[in-house]
Amino acid sequence: MSGFSASARRIWGMMFRHLALFRRSWPRLVELMYWPVLQMCIWGFTASFLATRTGSPAALAGGALIGGVLLWEVSLRSQMGMSITFLEEIWSRNLGHVFVSPLRPGELVAALICMSFLRMMAGVIPAALLAWALYAFNMFALGPVLVLFFLNLMILGWSVALAVVSLILRHGAGAEALAWSVLFGITPFAAVFYPVSALPAVVRPIAFIVPASHVFEGMRAALLTGVIDWGELGWAFALNVVWLIAAAWLFRRQFQVARTRGALLSIGE
Amino acid sequence: MKAITVTRLSKSYGETIAVDGIDFEVERGRTLGLLGGNGAGKTTTIAMLLGLLIPTSGQIRILGHDMARDRFAALARMNFSSPYVALPHRLTVRENLQVYGHLYNVRQVARRIAELAAELDLEALLDRAAGELSAGQKTRVALAKSLINRPEVLLLDEPTASLDPDTGDLVRGWLERYRDETGCTILLASHNMAEVERLCSDVLMLKKGCIVDRGTPDELLVRYGRDDLEQVFLDIARDRAHPQTQGAK
Repeated sequence: MSGFSASARRIWGMMFRHLALFRRSWPRLVELMYWPVLQMCIWGFTASFLATRTGSPAALAGGALIGGVLLWEVSLRSQMGMSITFLEEIWSRNLGHVFVSPLRPGELVAALICMSFLRMMAGVIPAALLAWALYAFNMFALGPVLVLFFLNLMILGWSVALAVVSLILRHGAGAEALAWSVLFGITPFAAVFYPVSALPAVVRPIAFIVPASHVFEGMRAALLTGVIDWGELGWAFALNVVWLIAAAWLFRRQFQVARTRGALLSIGE
Repeated sequence: MKAITVTRLSKSYGETIAVDGIDFEVERGRTLGLLGGNGAGKTTTIAMLLGLLIPTSGQIRILGHDMARDRFAALARMNFSSPYVALPHRLTVRENLQVYGHLYNVRQVARRIAELAAELDLEALLDRAAGELSAGQKTRVALAKSLINRPEVLLLDEPTASLDPDTGDLVRGWLERYRDETGCTILLASHNMAEVERLCSDVLMLKKGCIVDRGTPDELLVRYGRDDLEQVFLDIARDRAHPQTQGAK
């Protein structure tokens, strides 16, 4: 078996482990869709209400709001999907077996990313269908550029998740609350619900280094003017590369530290 | 040829020394028992052999692979079982074995699972969730997982803990047969002295991170003038070591 196919099989082994878990647990499947659908209901009805009261400009803004909510779920679900998949290993006290198998750390990360993608799609697609059915908001009307928006937001989610996994490796299950909360801390600077210009000037530099802010500025431009702002997308990609490299470095470093300190032996405690 | 070579292996956590410069070798096809009380350094040593823990100093070679540089090549040819590391509870026994079959790149994994199920009497359990099994059944499943890749080196931590005497005897018999048929090298940490006497060709006695004595079970019994290894263990644990053992390290 070639190195590539052996590696692919190990990645599939980890994915199979988590997919089998979903097959046996329907509440897990429901949980994937629950929050994105709930968010879509709350923000979608809010946007519809505002549009009926204040007319056409608010209707356009409402569309941008629904688009923002939907696309932000891509980042949130990607980040949580990856972090929680890793936490499942800790909760089942299985990490000892995983780390003494020939599975490389990079393959573990690849498996987490694949699972995160599947989990994200399971949450975002029902929410997108709901937006189309209830509010006539067709996310796919954005065209092929939507794929680039998705890709950037997924990479952001994976970078943050990798940093969370690194902290869990270092600090154990005590750091697990970050898996749910960390990306919400970035939300004010991600320009999801409002443009960066709405932020006080003093915090705009923070928004500038968050890749999502460029995606959402680009999304609003595409929705409101029909023009694709390639400059914003370029910034999003460039920043994502930096974030991903930083997260990968942190993961590699914390994995070595965990192996030095013996944290892999007691990571569930 | 040596299956395991450990040279001046040490592990410290700050001022605390968990393993203190131990040396040992295990020939292929032999079974080495690691004995010692709690905190003697058995788990730390096994964790370093598995690559879970980076030594402070020293070298480990397994099947010719330097664990500091080439651990994944060694890990593909070895395996590990411990009742203290669980398998995912919601997955069935078959799914758990499939997962590890993929992770170890086992060819014809379904056939291998069927072989193991027949040999370890797991056939009736294959489609049950791992979390529903009794402690003894879980131990047998963990053993099946550890044999999924036909390992050349097998590290076992308390392999028969929580098994009833009958099942424990069956498992020991199976391990003996597997070793004799495949030439597998086994490193066994256990508090069951009868098990160590039966399975191990060599024994290392650990205390406070150091090897305080070593030899075949018979040699140790003669050296300490005892009838069983439990008494030898107590002699060492309670500093009642026979004068002949002085300087054995």
